[in-house]
Amino acid sequence: MTKTAVKHRVIIDTEMCKGCTLCIAYCPKKVLKESEHLNKAGYHYAEPENLDQCTGCLICTLVCPEVVIEVYDE
Amino acid sequence: MSKIFISGNHAFAEAALRAGCQCYFGYPITPQNELGEYMADHMRKLDRVFIQSESETAAINMVIGSAATGARVMTSSSSPGVSLKQEGISFLAGFELPAVIVNVMRGGPGLGNIAPSQGDYFQATRGGGHGDYRTPVFAPASVQEIADLTYHAFDVADRYRTPVMMLSDGMMGQMKEPVVFPEPIGKLPDKEWALKGRGDGPSRYICSLILDVVEMERHNWKLVRKYDEIEKNEILYEEYMLDDAEIVVIAYGTTARIAKGAIKRVRKDGVRAGMLRPITLWPFPKKALADLCARIRQFVVFEMSTGQMLEDVQIALAGRADIVFHGRPGGVVPMPVEFARIIYREYQKMTKPQI
Amino acid sequence: MKLKNAWPKYYKKGVVTHYCPGCGHGIVHRIVAEVLEELDLGKRAIGVNPAGCAVLAYLYFDFDVIESAHGRGTAIATGIKRSRPDLFVFTYQGDGDLSAIGTAETIHSANRGENICVIFINNAVYGMTGGQLAPTTLIDMKTTTTPLGRDPKYDGYPLHITDVVAQFPGVVYAERVAVDGPAGIRKTKKAITNAFKTQVEGLGYSIIEVLSPCPTNWKLSPVDSFKWVTEVMMKEFPTGVLTDKRPGKE
Repeated sequence: MTKTAVKHRVIIDTEMCKGCTLCIAYCPKKVLKESEHLNKAGYHYAEPENLDQCTGCLICTLVCPEVVIEVYDE
Repeated sequence: MSKIFISGNHAFAEAALRAGCQCYFGYPITPQNELGEYMADHMRKLDRVFIQSESETAAINMVIGSAATGARVMTSSSSPGVSLKQEGISFLAGFELPAVIVNVMRGGPGLGNIAPSQGDYFQATRGGGHGDYRTPVFAPASVQEIADLTYHAFDVADRYRTPVMMLSDGMMGQMKEPVVFPEPIGKLPDKEWALKGRGDGPSRYICSLILDVVEMERHNWKLVRKYDEIEKNEILYEEYMLDDAEIVVIAYGTTARIAKGAIKRVRKDGVRAGMLRPITLWPFPKKALADLCARIRQFVVFEMSTGQMLEDVQIALAGRADIVFHGRPGGVVPMPVEFARIIYREYQKMTKPQI
Repeated sequence: MKLKNAWPKYYKKGVVTHYCPGCGHGIVHRIVAEVLEELDLGKRAIGVNPAGCAVLAYLYFDFDVIESAHGRGTAIATGIKRSRPDLFVFTYQGDGDLSAIGTAETIHSANRGENICVIFINNAVYGMTGGQLAPTTLIDMKTTTTPLGRDPKYDGYPLHITDVVAQFPGVVYAERVAVDGPAGIRKTKKAITNAFKTQVEGLGYSIIEVLSPCPTNWKLSPVDSFKWVTEVMMKEFPTGVLTDKRPGKE
């Protein structure tokens, strides 16, 4: 995938994320992945990987049970 | 102020209306059906809320909902139904929500019967639900007192933010007597603590769940301080022919009415008997009773039960005087002559020199 | 940079919920807060909290809430709404709360057509207490009190309470939806919006049953739990509008 300009930014409150991976599974563009790192609660939090692919569709915020994802238009 | 000839059940309802009761939730159960029927006739005409609920459990929870909004609210039932309300009453106590709960007692345990009885004393005064809480309990002994005490109960409930129990029985509920009712209340007390929607302010919640044990303990002791306050200010009792009494009867409600007849009867035979009649069963008039020990050696407890208030008397007297108990449970309503015979016998034993 | 998804006004910020990872409650809580905001109801809303997993919902909802004893939510809501018809009153209950101990309150508040909304989270188990049999547990489904799977001979059948009350004239709007993916979540929000509007228009009782994942007690991953709702649970509890008696909508 060619790297194109980032049009949207996904910011996750990694300490509040419980690593349920729903956002990762349902993101149509595979923008998010499970971090190797753990937060203080011991969860592998979600973090953006292919941010340039993000279309700002907000599906990740729809399926997130903890309301920890913010999506911005660049 | 005109007298109205009215039954106890109707008087509970009329007094509640005059006390500004805005919501009534009830369920049919003899011997207090007429109370709900009275409310059905009057509440909606006054643009107030009346629901016959699907169960006493639902009714007491509707009471919780209304009370949470700051409304004055009442429910009524009889013994088995009041058992179903105990969880809700415990929640009202934990929530610190005001409400008036009427119990027109009947024979028990189990389905029992529909005759008058005083078998729910423990349930009412010891807190029939779970957890550390008390509820003020008023025991009227006449239809006039039903009117006055019910009206008063709404004030006590609001003042202390607590559920309040009215304890009467089937006989008093069905009996008619002339009553002068208190004037309808003017302005109802405003309750800033009530849930009204957050508006522009912060959100609030009413809950009795306190997972932090230290917080729960703090809440428990806070409630105890409230109960101490109630004990200090709200005890009511009647002294009947006590000034020269040598033998003292202790009885409440219908039983006290019967005992008055017995006392008049034995007085004719020179027996100086008197009575101390608790009107608040909780807080119990312990001090008034204990003070009598200074000059009274013999007490007679009459109850339409197998002896429940008896224990409060024993606690109050703490062994400093003799107590004879005579109970008629099951819905039997004794005649004054039966009580008179017992008072006379105990008086004889007391005054006859021991050989 | 412009934020596309603003924080829901009636949802407390910076509070970690006690819900398990992937639990449906968190999603439905957010939806409730969003709809209250969109319909401008938050200022006069009173939520009635169940006893069960959502017993702490008042720590997350940022509008007035009263907590109910287990199963008594609709009776409490009745008391509130009858005393203050101007307030917006809804209950939020689980399957045990609403259709086991609270069955009578549920049926009779519906039969009286109380002008309240009921949000019924059906996750087929008792979550808070550790995964026991619920009235909506599926046949053969293992729970801590049906270790060999729910056997109708002993444990009866999955209870379709929403379908029952949908028959009542007093029930104006009843729909079953599912938190089983983006589409289902959007439908859930639409259904809750319809229900809330029903109350606002004074039309009467509405109930939204939400099939909701419970990864911990189903012993499935959050993602597999979403799939389980679609592939297994919805066979027993098909989604769709069960009744819509709103004028002009028949």
